[in-house]
Amino acid sequence: MSAYDDADQHVNSEPTQLDDDPIRVLDEDGNVLPNAAVPDLSDEELLAMYEDIALARRFDQRAISLQRQGRIATYAPMTGQEGAQVATSYALDDQDWLFPTYREHAAKYVHGMSLESLLKPLRGIREGYAIPDDVNVMPEYIPIATQLPQAMGMAWGQQLQGQTDSAVLCHFGDGATSEGDFHEGLNFAGVFDVPAVFVCNNNQWAISVPRDRQTASETIAQKAAAYGLEGVRVDGLDPLAMYAVTRDALAKAKNPTGDERRPTLIEAVQYRYGAHTTADDPSVYREEDEADAWRQKDPLDRLRNYLSAEGILDEAVDAEIDDRVDAQIDDALATVEAVETDPERIFEHVYEEMPERLREQRDELLALRDKYGDDAFSEVLE
Amino acid sequence: MSSATRATAESGTDSLTIVEAVRDGLYTEMSADESVMVLGEDVGKNGGVFRATEALYEEFGGDRVVDTPLAESGIVGTAIGLALSGMRPVAEMQFMGFSYPAFDQLVSHAARMRSRSHGQYSVPMVVRAPYGGGIRAPEHHSESKEAFFVHEPGLKVVSPSTPSDAKGLLIASIRDPDPVVFLEPKLLYRAFREDVPTGRYEVPLSDAAIRRTGTDVTVYTWGAMTRPSLIAADNVAEEHGIDVEVVDLRTLSPLDVETIVDSFTKTGRAAIVHEAPKTGGVGAEVATTIQEHALCYQEAPIERITGFDAPMPLHALEDYYLPQAVHIQEGILEAVAF
Ligand SMILES: Cc1ncc(C[n+]2csc(CCOP(=O)(O)OP(=O)(O)O)c2C)c(N)n1
Repeated sequence: MSAYDDADQHVNSEPTQLDDDPIRVLDEDGNVLPNAAVPDLSDEELLAMYEDIALARRFDQRAISLQRQGRIATYAPMTGQEGAQVATSYALDDQDWLFPTYREHAAKYVHGMSLESLLKPLRGIREGYAIPDDVNVMPEYIPIATQLPQAMGMAWGQQLQGQTDSAVLCHFGDGATSEGDFHEGLNFAGVFDVPAVFVCNNNQWAISVPRDRQTASETIAQKAAAYGLEGVRVDGLDPLAMYAVTRDALAKAKNPTGDERRPTLIEAVQYRYGAHTTADDPSVYREEDEADAWRQKDPLDRLRNYLSAEGILDEAVDAEIDDRVDAQIDDALATVEAVETDPERIFEHVYEEMPERLREQRDELLALRDKYGDDAFSEVLE
Repeated sequence: MSSATRATAESGTDSLTIVEAVRDGLYTEMSADESVMVLGEDVGKNGGVFRATEALYEEFGGDRVVDTPLAESGIVGTAIGLALSGMRPVAEMQFMGFSYPAFDQLVSHAARMRSRSHGQYSVPMVVRAPYGGGIRAPEHHSESKEAFFVHEPGLKVVSPSTPSDAKGLLIASIRDPDPVVFLEPKLLYRAFREDVPTGRYEVPLSDAAIRRTGTDVTVYTWGAMTRPSLIAADNVAEEHGIDVEVVDLRTLSPLDVETIVDSFTKTGRAAIVHEAPKTGGVGAEVATTIQEHALCYQEAPIERITGFDAPMPLHALEDYYLPQAVHIQEGILEAVAF
């Protein structure tokens, strides 16, 4: 057996360090690295990106506290990962598709979902999964890695229908790279050479299992080679690098030159600062100071420092941004907390047309509510 | 060590919850038999997301309490190979709703290895999975799809509803020469305590339990629905003077036909309660079994009180989806009124 037998082994293990030279634009302090190309974004776009990362950070803090107050159910925090989420969605065009997991709240928001729609499922209301017609986002995928073959299929279908101006971007975690669906999805993507970009948010942990227990390969990006895709390793806490790499991958997916292959696997090297979800206690399996090293590379701080040095952001604007994101979250929360859902919704959208048998089941439930009142439905199982 | 995992040479009892009893069962068998091992996602250092394997990693080490990569097909396929090699693996699926990637390994191989090899090879393994609703979990975390596994010949399917059954049935499952899918009603994991015998004992996989005796009507149920069924039985006894027998099936495959039929020949009326969707649920199998064996005793149509033929809703509506005591009462009254 491996050194894993030693209870403290993975706490001190190397692979949670940024060791393998991922692509970066900014250093830890937000200075542009020598030879790095700053992506072609206007000052307004850079400020907007910063504001969205700030909103994501604030959303996360608020959601964790709402969960503690019992106002929302289990929540999957993203602090540390907001830079990658926001930047990858900035790289998308409206017509591109996003396949998120349960953790891509910010990526979904940037690609067109409202804050209300993010909060509703957390309040147990399925209506939040409904996607507006003009937004190309799939509802969250909770079963791990299942979205990869589907994203591949969507990309393929669009290609078959001659839609050459759109691509598919699919998120997943490092744990997902262990599932069969990861390998099947990437293999198909390579074989059919589809316009898809696969982003592995390598946050070093799949609940309690460290990345080095997930795969014996040195990097996740290198797995691309096995499937004939391009693999890129990026500093996931550097929003400018994430934007640039994703933008290039999407451009290549839509319009490869020469013998370039369309699909790309991006490994975003990052860290989950907090718990896996609000139901998880990371102190059982990792040292708290492990997060500290990663916080030095924080995406929000780095972008703030860069924008300040460039004269694009000052303290007054930063304070305005803070107020604005707070107000936005307050509004969304107030709206969603006022929403009541109806038990009849259970029976909706199972099929396009409700089968007779389901209609009967619905009517039985309605009769039971009439007879006993809604209180009878929370008695026993509490 | 917690009381749940204390070495238990002496006889006596411990007051345990179901999740503690599962852990005690694992501890007991791992202590007694070096071939017993536990594998799955987060079962080691983390002690399982429900803490069902807590402290086992520290006690037995990383060779016997193994955090695997995140891959259910890999976990169950590996467990089959381990069992073929002479180990007794107990694999954890983190939630039943995430067992589907392993479905192929379970139904195509674990279930058939014995018949395919004409009795040469067997796979004595257990696949544990928390299942069912009522804990305000996200999508896919509240599924109750025992029928998938019951439909596969060669698998045994078990679902305890009490702490002492959880331990005794788990030990019997680990000792069983066939693959067992062990479904743990997570709503009950910490719902109540019970005195559980220390040390080794088995609850046979062949016997249903009569939780309440009665003469007017039989309620057949299992897992988390046992509790609202018992409450409903008490309510109709008090309010209507109806004497209900409650049968907890405990093992869903193979079914204890004798206990099912004996109870029905006594009462002549039945209500079957499960939280899984109605269509194709195990309730249909129970109803048909009754009719095959005891049609002449039947006094009324058999009632089924079940979840709906719709996906389990997110938590705001799950209490409307799960059968509640009032719902069960109605079913009992209908069966009696006919
Ligand atoms: C098929 C499947 N198995 C198990 C789970 C339970 N589970 C939820 S998240 C998780 C870890 C995921 O880790 P990773 O893929 O690295 O993503 P992260 O949560 O770290 O972003 C597990 C095991 C699941 N959701 N789906």
